[in-house]
Amino acid sequence: MTKTPLLTINDLHVSFFTPAGEVKAVNGLSYTLGEKEVLGIVGESGSGKSVSAYALMRILQHPGKVTGGSIDFAGKAINTLSEKEMQVIRGKDMAMIFQDPMTSLNPVFTIGSQLRETIMKHTDLNRAQATARAIEMLEQVGINNPEHRIKQYPHELSGGMRQRIMIAMAMSCKPKLLIADEPTTALDVTIQAQIMDLMNTLRNETDSSIIMITHDLGVISEICDNVLIMYGGRVVEYGNVDDIFYRSAHPYTKGLLNCLPRLDDDEDIMLTPIEGTPVDLMELPKGCTFAARCDSCMRICLKQSPPEFILDEESNHVVSCWLHTVPKGGEYNE
Amino acid sequence: MSKLLEIRHLKKHFPIKSGLGKKKYVSAVDDVSFFIEKGETFGLVGESGCGKSTLGRTILRLHEPTDGEIIFDGDSITKGKMAPYRKRMQIVFQDPYSSLNPRMTVGDIIGEPLVIQNSSMSKDDIRAAVLEQMRVVGLNSEQLNRYPHEFSGGQRQRISIARALIIKPEFIVCDEPVSALDVSIQAQVINMLIKLQKDLGLTYLFIAHDLAVVRHISNRIGVMYLGNLVEVCDSRTLYKNPLHPYTQTLLSAIPIPDPKISRNSKRIILEGDVPSPINPPSGCRFRTRCPYIMDQCAKEKPEIIEIEPGHLCACHKVTKKM
Amino acid sequence: MKMNSDNFDKTLTKILKYTKPFSIRLAPDDMLSVPPEERQSDVTLRPPSTYWKDVFRRFSRNKVAIVSLIVIILIALFAFVGPYFSPYNYAQQIRGSERLSPCFAHPFGTDALGRDMLVRVMIGTRLSLTIGVFCAAIVLLVGSIYGAISGYYGGMTDNIMMRIADVIYSLPTVLVIIILQISLDQPLRELFPNSRLGTSVISIFIAFALVYWVDMARMVRSQVLLLKQNEYVTAAKAMGASDTRIISRHLIPNSIATITVSALFQVPTAIFLEAFLSFLGLGPSAPMASLGSLASSALSGIQSYPYQLFFPALFICLLVLAFNQFGDGLRDAIDPRMKN
Repeated sequence: MTKTPLLTINDLHVSFFTPAGEVKAVNGLSYTLGEKEVLGIVGESGSGKSVSAYALMRILQHPGKVTGGSIDFAGKAINTLSEKEMQVIRGKDMAMIFQDPMTSLNPVFTIGSQLRETIMKHTDLNRAQATARAIEMLEQVGINNPEHRIKQYPHELSGGMRQRIMIAMAMSCKPKLLIADEPTTALDVTIQAQIMDLMNTLRNETDSSIIMITHDLGVISEICDNVLIMYGGRVVEYGNVDDIFYRSAHPYTKGLLNCLPRLDDDEDIMLTPIEGTPVDLMELPKGCTFAARCDSCMRICLKQSPPEFILDEESNHVVSCWLHTVPKGGEYNE
Repeated sequence: MSKLLEIRHLKKHFPIKSGLGKKKYVSAVDDVSFFIEKGETFGLVGESGCGKSTLGRTILRLHEPTDGEIIFDGDSITKGKMAPYRKRMQIVFQDPYSSLNPRMTVGDIIGEPLVIQNSSMSKDDIRAAVLEQMRVVGLNSEQLNRYPHEFSGGQRQRISIARALIIKPEFIVCDEPVSALDVSIQAQVINMLIKLQKDLGLTYLFIAHDLAVVRHISNRIGVMYLGNLVEVCDSRTLYKNPLHPYTQTLLSAIPIPDPKISRNSKRIILEGDVPSPINPPSGCRFRTRCPYIMDQCAKEKPEIIEIEPGHLCACHKVTKKM
Repeated sequence: MKMNSDNFDKTLTKILKYTKPFSIRLAPDDMLSVPPEERQSDVTLRPPSTYWKDVFRRFSRNKVAIVSLIVIILIALFAFVGPYFSPYNYAQQIRGSERLSPCFAHPFGTDALGRDMLVRVMIGTRLSLTIGVFCAAIVLLVGSIYGAISGYYGGMTDNIMMRIADVIYSLPTVLVIIILQISLDQPLRELFPNSRLGTSVISIFIAFALVYWVDMARMVRSQVLLLKQNEYVTAAKAMGASDTRIISRHLIPNSIATITVSALFQVPTAIFLEAFLSFLGLGPSAPMASLGSLASSALSGIQSYPYQLFFPALFICLLVLAFNQFGDGLRDAIDPRMKN
C-alpha cells in the first residue's frame, strides 16, 4: 500500500528570460516527498536547486517563469492556483527559511511584530494570544529570555539568532512542508552546529516534512533521509542517504564525494577534483549536462540526455546516466 | 629552515566613531605572535570576527599595525616604506567578483603588477610574461582580451593567482581563496596552489574558516578566537590531539560527509554567540562559552605557552594539567 | 553478451523510471568512450560582451530615450550644419523686410532689424548648445577630480574639501554669477577685445566652473567611497600602485557611467541658466544671438509678433526635454536595478 506523497513534482522546467537570452535553470525535475520525510537537494551554483524551491512556493522573481511541468502539494495543483489561494498556503502549509539571515528579516519591525504577522494571518488568534504563541515558538527554537527578545530589532541580534527566529517564524503555523534554502551556509561552523541540532529536534518532534537545500554533503549526511543530486537543472541521482554515500552511481556524485578534503583523511593525498567548469545554462548541451566534465564520457552522452534508470526498486535508487544501461555481468533478467 | 616571516605581539585596533565620551575601538587583532618558515604553509583558522583576515592584511601593511612588530626575512617592516617589499609579498582574496576590476581586460589585470614594479619592461615582454602566467594557472591564452564577467568563479580565482604570481613573490597571503567557490572547483584551485608552492618555492599564509581545507594544505595551523591566537601546532596533531577547548569544539562541529560517522558522533555544542570585539570578555576571551571554565579564567588572560615541542596553547586548564 | 538494439529496447522500457513515451535506438558504437579533447571545451562559447554592449542593449529598448537622442542629433545638425544651407547671414539686415511673419522666404519670420529668424535661431541654438556642452565638460573635469580625491583620501582631507564645497553650494548661485559677470566684464574686455561671443559668455564659463561643480563632486565622491571597498583596489595597493594610479585607473573608469549621466544633466541646466541670464540682459553682445537673448529681445513685441518668441522658446524646451530624457534613459540602462 503506497501512501500518497505530500509533494509530487513532475517534469518541472523553469527559465529566466533575461535580455541576454533564456537561462534554463531547471530542465525536467521530478521527485516525490512523503510525510515526515527529510529530503536533501544537493547541487552547486547553477544546478537549479534554489530556483526549483522558489518555483514550488511560487515566489519566482521576474524574469523567471515556470515553463513546464506540474507541482502537486497536499492534493492541490500548485501551478493552477491563484495568487490569493497561494497566499493562504504560504506560511501555513508551506514555509521557507532562506540563506542570508542578515537580510531575511525586516529591519524596521521588531521580532515580535514580524512573528505576530505570520501567526495572525494564518490563525484566528488575537494579538495577545499571538504574542504568547510567538514567545512559545522562540523558546522552542532555543532562544533564552524570549519576552525580552520579541521587543528587539533584527540588528540587535546575531546571525545564529536571526536564523533561529526565521525557523520559529516558519514553524509557527505548523506547516506540512518546511523548505530550508542553504540555512547554514552563511553561518560560522559552531553556529551551524547549533542550527543543525535544532533542525534535528524539529525533525524528531514535529510532523513537518523538510526539504534541505545545500551544497554541503556533511549537512546532508547528518539529517536527510533521501537525497536528490542536481546538476545543470536536472536530476542526476536520487536515493536514500546510504545509497548516495556508499553506493553512489553517478560520476558527478562520486566526484563530489571524492573531491572534498576530509578531516579524517590521511594528509599528503592530493584531492581529486572534478575537471572543467560548471555548465552554461544559456547554452545547454544536447546530451548529458555533465558530459564535458565526465571521465567516463561516451559517445551517446554527447548526443542524448540520459533518462532515469532504476538501480534498486526497493530503496528507489535512481540515476540518470548512460553508464547504467549496461547491466552488471552482462546478463539480462527477462 | 629559516624564518621568512615573524610576527611579534601584533595588535590592530579600529577606532569607532562614538560621540563625546570615552573612545571605543574594535580590537580585531590582540597580541598575536607566530612565525612562518620559508617554503611552509601556515594555516590560520577561525570563525567570522576572529581577526584572521585583518591579521593577513596587517602583515602586508594594508592596515597599519597599532602595535607590535612584523619581521620579513630579517627586516622589520612594521613602519617605513613598504614599496621594496611589495614585490616579495602578495595577496589573493576571497571574493572572485570584487577582486578584479570589471573594466580591465584579463591581460591588463595580470600584467598590472609588472607595469607598476618594472617600468622598464617593454609591452611585448609584459605580454609574454602574462601569457606564461596564464598557462601556469591553466587559463586559455585566447582569453587574454576578455573581461572578468565572462569567466566563472574558479577561473577568476586563477586570474587573481596569476596576478599575484607574476612578479615572482616569495610570500603569499591567501585570504580565504576557495571559500566562495563551488566544491568541485575548490579542489582544482587547492591542488594548483599546492603544486605552485612546490614548483616555485612559495611560502603561504593560508587563511580560511574551513578546517578540513586548511588541514589539507597547511604544514602548521594556528587557531584564532576573537583576536587571539589560542592554539598553534602542526596539522596532524591538530586533528589527533587538539588541546584548546575551542579547537575541540571547532573540530566536532564540522559535519563529516559520511552518514555512519555524522549520525553517531556526539557533538560539543557551544552555548550562546561570539561576544562583541568592542567589549571582549575580561581575562580569557573564550570563557563565556567554554565548557571547562575555572575561576582564574575571568581574572587572568592565558599566555600562549609551548605545551609540547611545536604545540602551543593558551588555556589555563591545559597549562595546569602540564 | 553482445548487446543488440532489440534486446536493448526491451530492457530499457523495463528499467526506466517513468513510463512516459521514450524510445531510442542505441548502437554498440554509442557506448564507446570519448577522449577528453572531444568533450565540450570549457572556453566560453558566447561572443564576448562588454559592459557598454549591455548598456546599449538595454538603452535601445527605451523608446523615449531613443527618440530624445534622435531629437538631440537633429537639433545639433540644425544648429551646426543648417546655417550653411541658408542664403542669409545671421547679422545680415535686410532693409524692407522688418518684422515679417513666417513665409516661404523666411520660415521663421524676421526680427525688428530685418534679420532672418531661421538663421538666427540656428546660430542661437549653436551658441546655447556650445555653452551647454562646454559648461558640462568643465563641471565634469573639475567636479570629478575634486570628488575623487576627496572620496579616496577620506579622513580630514575629505572633511575639509567637502566643507569648502558646502560653503560654495550654499551661495546663491545666480547672484554669484551675476556679480562675477559684472566684475569680470572689464578685465575680459581687455583680454579678449575682439571676441565675437562677447565677454558675458566667457564669464558664464568661468562662473559655471567656479560654482556648479559641487553636485558632480558629491556624486563622484559617493561613487568613489563605494568603489574603494572593492578588493581590486586593495589588490592594487598591495601591488604598490600609487594613489594617482588607483584613482585614474581603477576608481574613475568604474564611475564613468555615473559621471557621464551627471554631466549630461548639466547641459540643460547650463542652457536654461544662460537663457535666464540673457533675459536679465547679460547675454551675448549683438549681433551674436543665443536662444535666450532671442527670446529676451522678442519679449517686447510679444503681442504683435509672437512668432519671434515662439521659435526660440520652442527650441529651448526641446533641448532641455531631450537632454533630460536622454540622461534618464542612459541612467536606467546603466543601472537597471534602480528602475525596479
